[in-house]
Formats: sequence, C-alpha cells, structure tokens
Amino acid sequence: MADNVTPRVRVPSSASAGEDITIKTLISHPMESGQRKDKEGNTIPRSIINRFVTTFNGETVIDVTMEPAISTNPYFEFVSKVPESGTFEFTWYDDDGSVYTESKDITVE
Amino acid sequence: AIFLPRIGWADATTDAIAEFTGGADLTEGGALKLTAPEIAENGNTVPIEVDAPGAEAILILATGNPNPDVGTFHFGPLSGAQMASTRIRLAGTQDVVAVAKMADGTFQRASQEVKVTIGGCGG
Repeated sequence: MADNVTPRVRVPSSASAGEDITIKTLISHPMESGQRKDKEGNTIPRSIINRFVTTFNGETVIDVTMEPAISTNPYFEFVSKVPESGTFEFTWYDDDGSVYTESKDITVE
Repeated sequence: AIFLPRIGWADATTDAIAEFTGGADLTEGGALKLTAPEIAENGNTVPIEVDAPGAEAILILATGNPNPDVGTFHFGPLSGAQMASTRIRLAGTQDVVAVAKMADGTFQRASQEVKVTIGGCGG
C-alpha cells in the first residue's frame, strides 16, 4: 500500500471554442518496480500504478497502460479537445486495488 | 536503426512489438516522432515525448531494461493531438523504441539511443 498518494492536475479553467488544451498530471507514488532488493537481499515486491485514464464529460481523452519502467511520481502531459464546457475526470489504478481520482471543470467561452 | 543489445533483451523487445502489431510490417520515418535526451545523467527519470498525428496508440519500449515494457498510450476520441510526454526509468545506455498504431491499421517505428550515466533500475 502506497502512502500519501496525492494527484495533482493542471488544467486551464477556461478555453475558447475549438481550442485544444494541454493537461499536465503528476501523482505522488513510489512506483516500486519489483526489481529492487532490501538490505537483507529480499526482493521488494512490485507496487505500481498500472493504468491512468482521462475522460471529459464521459468520453476518453487518453488511456495509458503503465509498467514498472514509468518513473516514481508518474507524470503525463497530453492534449485534449474541449467541445463544450464540462468536467475532466482523472483516474489512476494501483496494483493494490486502490483507485485515485481527481476532477477539474473547464468553461468554454 | 541497428539493434545490438544483449540477446535475451532483444528477444523480449521483438516479442513485445509482435504482440502490439500482431506481426504486421513496421515502417520507419513516418509521422511518428520520439524525442528523448541523447545523454541522461539520471536513469531514474528520463523525459521522453512521443508524437504521431493520427495514431490510435503508441507503445514505448526500453530495449535494455530487465523488462522492456514501459507503457502504451491509447488516444481516445477527445485526444486533441496524438502526443504525450512522461518520465521513464532506464537501467543503462540503450535504445528507446516507440511503435505507433495508425488509424489506417499500419504501424510505424522510431528509436533513439539514450546514454545513461547512472542506471535507474538498481537496488
């Protein structure tokens, strides 16, 4: 179980009609790879976030399959269409079954 | 690109690509761009960017890692541009490979060597 998992998302609060926006996301997580050993030489079990999904008003923007080679505190930057005002939902899925979510509203002017 | 990593790893990379493409042919030098540093001081966090206008999905592989799989970006209907940036772990100097599945069902491949000063899979 990863402690203190905190998602952070940067989305502009407004956009003009037809504009594509850049989204940046970061989530604090050790992304324990399953390759490392502790002081006694025992393998530290894998514990990572294995999937990250962003939707806008229920439609998919990006869906990322993640392996242990994604760095600690996974960071993603990508581009979204914003056809109307609405809400982005960001979801991270942990190996241990935990699900972390964040949402952001945006107004199209 | 020339592929000369250690044998078992090359096979794992070939297998991962075959699984993604279903054995389809790959073209080089199309719309797919892979951006990675030539030299990374710290293999624990190496910034990469992939960009393939019109792609449905992009697979990332680190050919010299114990397991070459890094991740796959699937672009949905609201993707504004089929590009993404992230940070990855590289165990040592190696080729990073991206394979894009285009909307017409074809596949493109791009690779870049990254020289790593301090590896990112240690323990």
